[in-house]
Amino acid sequence: MQSSLAFGSEENVLSLMEKRRKVSLIWQVVFLLATSLAILFLVLLLFSIIDSTFGYAALAYEVEPSSLVEGRQHLSEFSRLQLEETARSRLSSGILRRVEYEKPIADRSDKDLTALLEQYVVKPSVLRTWGLWESLTNQDEIEMYLQEQDQAVLTFKNWLTFDFLFADQSANPLYAGIRTALLGSLWIILITFLFAFPIGVGSAIYLQEYAKPNRLSRLLQLNIFNLSAVPSIIYGLLGLAVFVRAMEGLTSGSVFSTTVDTTANGRTILSGGLTLGLLVLPIIIINTQEALKAVPDSLRMSSYCIGATKWQTTWGQVLPVSIDRILTGTILALSRALGETAPLVVIGASTFISVDPSGIFSKFTTLPIQIYQWSARPQGAYRNVAGAAIIALMILLMILNSSAIIIRDRLSKKKRMEA
Amino acid sequence: MLIDTPQFGKKHRLHERIIESVMFLFALFSMLITVGIVVILTRESFLFFSDPKVNLVGFLTGRDWQPMIDQFGFLPLLNATFTTSIIAMLLGIPVGLFVAIYLAEYANDRMRGILKPTLEVLAGIPTIVYGYFALTFMTPLLRSLFGQSRVEIYNTASAGLVIGILVLPMIATMAEDAISSVPKELRLAAYALGGTKIETTFKVVIPAALSGLSATFLLALSRAIGETMVVALAAGAGPKLTANPFKAAETITGYIVRISGGDVSYNSVDYNSIFALGLVLFLITFTLNLVSRKVSTIFHQEYE
Repeated sequence: MQSSLAFGSEENVLSLMEKRRKVSLIWQVVFLLATSLAILFLVLLLFSIIDSTFGYAALAYEVEPSSLVEGRQHLSEFSRLQLEETARSRLSSGILRRVEYEKPIADRSDKDLTALLEQYVVKPSVLRTWGLWESLTNQDEIEMYLQEQDQAVLTFKNWLTFDFLFADQSANPLYAGIRTALLGSLWIILITFLFAFPIGVGSAIYLQEYAKPNRLSRLLQLNIFNLSAVPSIIYGLLGLAVFVRAMEGLTSGSVFSTTVDTTANGRTILSGGLTLGLLVLPIIIINTQEALKAVPDSLRMSSYCIGATKWQTTWGQVLPVSIDRILTGTILALSRALGETAPLVVIGASTFISVDPSGIFSKFTTLPIQIYQWSARPQGAYRNVAGAAIIALMILLMILNSSAIIIRDRLSKKKRMEA
Repeated sequence: MLIDTPQFGKKHRLHERIIESVMFLFALFSMLITVGIVVILTRESFLFFSDPKVNLVGFLTGRDWQPMIDQFGFLPLLNATFTTSIIAMLLGIPVGLFVAIYLAEYANDRMRGILKPTLEVLAGIPTIVYGYFALTFMTPLLRSLFGQSRVEIYNTASAGLVIGILVLPMIATMAEDAISSVPKELRLAAYALGGTKIETTFKVVIPAALSGLSATFLLALSRAIGETMVVALAAGAGPKLTANPFKAAETITGYIVRISGGDVSYNSVDYNSIFALGLVLFLITFTLNLVSRKVSTIFHQEYE
């Protein structure tokens, strides 16, 4: 009876209980909705990328394939003989001579000839593109557009092809590719790794194994946590002032040799790699520290007991058992570097180069920068090309991350075998 | 006869000392990065402010940023930065917090098995991809929802919402950590008093995790303010002082990227100005990070 006095009559109590139950239920639905929203975002993100990578494209030909050979709408319908004949008769004499010089037309493959004819005779250009969703659901509008534009030819285009991966840049989105960007990205993360890995692991070892708990170590630790939260664009400014400008002679390679192409002005792969190295250094340190923390102290104690020194213990005992975690953490940090755009734009990565990087003193562009450049262009077709480049970047990241998982599994298995 | 005591003198351990010193130098290197950032930003900013066309008061209070006509007021850039960040927080904090509560208090192992990897994938996607998403998905969506004439092609709302999605996994993961580290006894005590699950969550668990949660939110805000590629692609070029999120406006980071992406000659006002703005950005985010860290250590003192 006490409780009913406190809360009023029995009915009141029951209705209060009912209300509390309802509130509970409503919130549970809200939490579930928020969670579904998070999943929805991921789905939408992936969808919007796939959507632009595949879909119809309306092309206009400068020379209609049907005018080359009667009754053929596409170069792919040409027979071998027709391809060779068209190539001989339609290519301008200068180009023909160059082509024949490189490789005689009779020896070239069908695919090769088709590409030649496309580039020099047919010269397709993109009028308009549609995403996958529109291509599947909005056929009427596409039909209407085609009727308005009488010379437009509709093809279903897959923008992510092998040619796209291995072609260099081009002013025509149909021929643009990511080879230079891909090579640039790989060079950059190689430099980043070589620079940040030894320093990062070394600092972590000092902080975790050697440092005494004094003011200085606390300051160093706090500093590393702060650095890991500094916006990446600030690292770009640091790289611009230090590597590109102050150390220009070193990073452009002019100190080492006078024959090096110095048009890069310090905006080289070396500068880019070092800048990203600074960016991922705190992440590598933190991840390595976590790996070292996971090593049980009993291991260190037993090592000391048999007379090992501190370094012998660290090198011979602690590092071998934590190397799998250290490598995994490093690879995750490198995949961060692979996706970074802002710092490299700030230090002045090239926007349009078609020459492959040949070494650490080359000018460079990277995959994310290429995506940025293409996305920022107003022409619609470049959006599709950017979408394809994003898929390539994400596949590269996936390969990197799964290699981290494989390394971890392989090494931890080996460890178990030895134990 | 006395047995020779083994000599553990420093002489025999010279290489140990060397290795330790090398490791110490490596550790100091990270300090050097911070010093480098501070020195370079202040030095170039000093050059910027010593230019006769620029003065500090005009920089802090000016409502126009037009280097062409020597107008250097950073308020339009700051305003755009805060607009995108606030929009990002309005989306990211509630959704992130709710996901965290769901993960920590409600989800069973199977749901966690789906959700955790989803968040990890979201967190691992490069920011440039989010920028592309803002441009090709969010902006068209906003334009079809609110009208083509009202929403400009480049606008801060689209950029802000996508930054919200970008910081969501970070908020959810860190907030879940904060909520999970609240001792179980607190929950059990609340249940014993007859509290429902939601009452326990909102009246006991969340208040107990408050410092950890605020630290998370501050860090997320710092991340949103420093975010670059999304705003560079979706928020538009050209500084403009506007409160309307459907209009284009350039943020601090967007401006730095645009100017440095072009050809700037060293020692020009343009070149120095990006460092001055970089300093502003660094000071804001650095303060937020420090406060966030301070706040989260208060939490640890409470329960350990």
